Amino acid sequence: MSELKLKDLYDGFRDPATIRMLSAQIGEAAKALHEPLRIMEVCGGHTHTIMKYGLPQLLPDNIDFIHGPGCPVCIMPKERIDHAIALARMDDTILVTLGDMIRVPGSQSSLAVERAAGRDIRPLYTPMDALKIAKEHPDKRVIFFAIGFETTTPMTAALLHAAIAQKVTNLYFHINHVLVPPAIDAIMSDGRAKINAFIGPSHVSVITGAKIYAPLPEKYGTPVVVCGFEPVDVMQGILMAVRQQAEGRAELEIEYSRSVTMEGNVKAQQLIDTYLRARSHFRWRGIGDIPDSALELKPEFAHLDAEKVFAEVLPTEPIDDHKLCICGTILKGLAKPMECKVFGTACTPNTPLGSCMVSSEGACNAYYRYAGVLG
Amino acid sequence: MKQVQLSHGGGGEETNKLIHDLFYRHFKNDILIKAEDAAVLQTEGKIAFTTDSFTVSPLFFEGGDIGKLAVAGTVNDLAMMGAKPLYLSSAFMIEEGFPFEELERIVGSMAAELEKSGAKIVCGDTKVVPRGSVDKLFINTAGIGQIMREGISSQTIREGDVIIASRDIGRHGATVLMAREGLEVSADLGSDCETLWPAVEALIDDKISISALRDATRGGLAAVLNEWAENSGVCLEIEESAIRVSDEVQGICEMFGFEATDLANEGTFVAAVAPMHAAFAVSTLQRFGFCGEAAVIGRVTQQYPGKVVLHSAFGSRRFLDLPKGELLPRIC
Repeated sequence: MSELKLKDLYDGFRDPATIRMLSAQIGEAAKALHEPLRIMEVCGGHTHTIMKYGLPQLLPDNIDFIHGPGCPVCIMPKERIDHAIALARMDDTILVTLGDMIRVPGSQSSLAVERAAGRDIRPLYTPMDALKIAKEHPDKRVIFFAIGFETTTPMTAALLHAAIAQKVTNLYFHINHVLVPPAIDAIMSDGRAKINAFIGPSHVSVITGAKIYAPLPEKYGTPVVVCGFEPVDVMQGILMAVRQQAEGRAELEIEYSRSVTMEGNVKAQQLIDTYLRARSHFRWRGIGDIPDSALELKPEFAHLDAEKVFAEVLPTEPIDDHKLCICGTILKGLAKPMECKVFGTACTPNTPLGSCMVSSEGACNAYYRYAGVLG
Repeated sequence: MKQVQLSHGGGGEETNKLIHDLFYRHFKNDILIKAEDAAVLQTEGKIAFTTDSFTVSPLFFEGGDIGKLAVAGTVNDLAMMGAKPLYLSSAFMIEEGFPFEELERIVGSMAAELEKSGAKIVCGDTKVVPRGSVDKLFINTAGIGQIMREGISSQTIREGDVIIASRDIGRHGATVLMAREGLEVSADLGSDCETLWPAVEALIDDKISISALRDATRGGLAAVLNEWAENSGVCLEIEESAIRVSDEVQGICEMFGFEATDLANEGTFVAAVAPMHAAFAVSTLQRFGFCGEAAVIGRVTQQYPGKVVLHSAFGSRRFLDLPKGELLPRIC
């Protein structure tokens, strides 16, 4: 295997001359727009790139970004976080999860607070580490609180596969994997969000293929561009969307052609299908129930399913957000972070009221960190 | 394998042997070996005084170990106040069962690091605690230095000053993260852990007009710049493209969703100097191998007092915020 060159991950895709050229091309193409282009970036990763690199400053006034529901931490309802906390509080238990899930407040507590109180809660850099931890602690039950969109699902499936193959019996799964297309459908069919183009996250489509967005252009008359996360990628994706709109086209296009195909990673899809199936409904924080918008373990793996095995300790009541928090409205594309009365005052990354502020992928967090008065 | 036992901290014969055979052998100097209750010190003029405690996992990493950190860290805190490091204390909290061989390596590494600044360890303490009470080994060092240049302060940065970074950023944080996660991404990645006094001494000797110095340890470059902006009530405008980040560190940031500006350094400092001395200061620093990449990264204005503005190479700008909470990888 050739050595991984980390530089290859980003080199060239932040080139100032290319970005300036794309900025000029977008400005030129946008003159032909009949109405402002309101692009929803579905994914929090794109929100992060847009704000971190100050891309709106390089675009004409008739291009606006609307931030979507694509942050796995932001859309996690409090009752699911309460599940994680209830599981972590069980004796002889190690709860493992990804990244900043640790910080997100549930209804009463957070995993960070529980960890400080002595519960064994560990952030993972890769889900496969859960298997190592389970093997190192055969006397304990290790519960993987699995989160993320289509991107992280294959890793959970691979972990399931490895745990079963290696006969590791003390590893359980609490599945919170959610799906992008039903969320977009829910927002668009609501009819209030004024969105007329999408950029879709490339890492989701590396797995699923670009085909998951195929119905959108036809159903809603919106261009969709599957787009990478580097500034050059996002600028190129915007240019493609502007050109479509200006030319009266509404098509599915792939900007990130270096890894995304229409079909995606079929092997990963098969692995997911072996272990997981669509859940009849999942309550998205701030948005509400969306049918078929999340995954769960298939019934034959119920003995590994933490929701079933430890059902007696898990709370069942839905819990709504803080009354002043407008995260739900933001996630539906109906408001921007600055429109929230508590943005930057009662709600900051250190004292978050809503999930859009606590998650580093969240729109409020990105605005707070990078924008401020610079807009 | 010989291990540290509780009796080594009991105050009796074993403690005595540990102190004489290990600490005195490596840290030997006239003041220490007098073995009085307190060291009697000779200083002139104003002194700077600082203390810091060191915990790191793993204890040994590419480019250093906890001992090197404990000396460089405290010596650097003195240097950043324009003080020549003179005397250090060192207190060890050791977990029962800790391998003697590793302790000796760490103490040896402290002695080697002391030579770079000429500072001496003149007093110390050893505690051995039951297994599980500490994570292997904690070291506390305190230091006294003689002020060689007065007035260096994070509160006196002026509009017009130029901001210089002494080298590329984020190496220590990235190195420790990689070692902790057992990831082998590149042989070229090592901590920047280093005693900075020789470089600071050269700036003082060259009569550079220095407003402020600060080593960018935990919280990284972002924390230093934000503290300065707030403490001096000025705006620091930084050119992103002027900040040096090695390919290895940048790659790790890409993999985990970190910012190089948030990662810890242990041998990288930031200087605010008068504009007319900027080029001279950079060339002075570049005489030292560990400052070979010293560069001007920004300037001080009054545009957004208390804030740090990062200018991109393609014409946009944004605030550079303080790092928040523990560093956790992004989810996707």
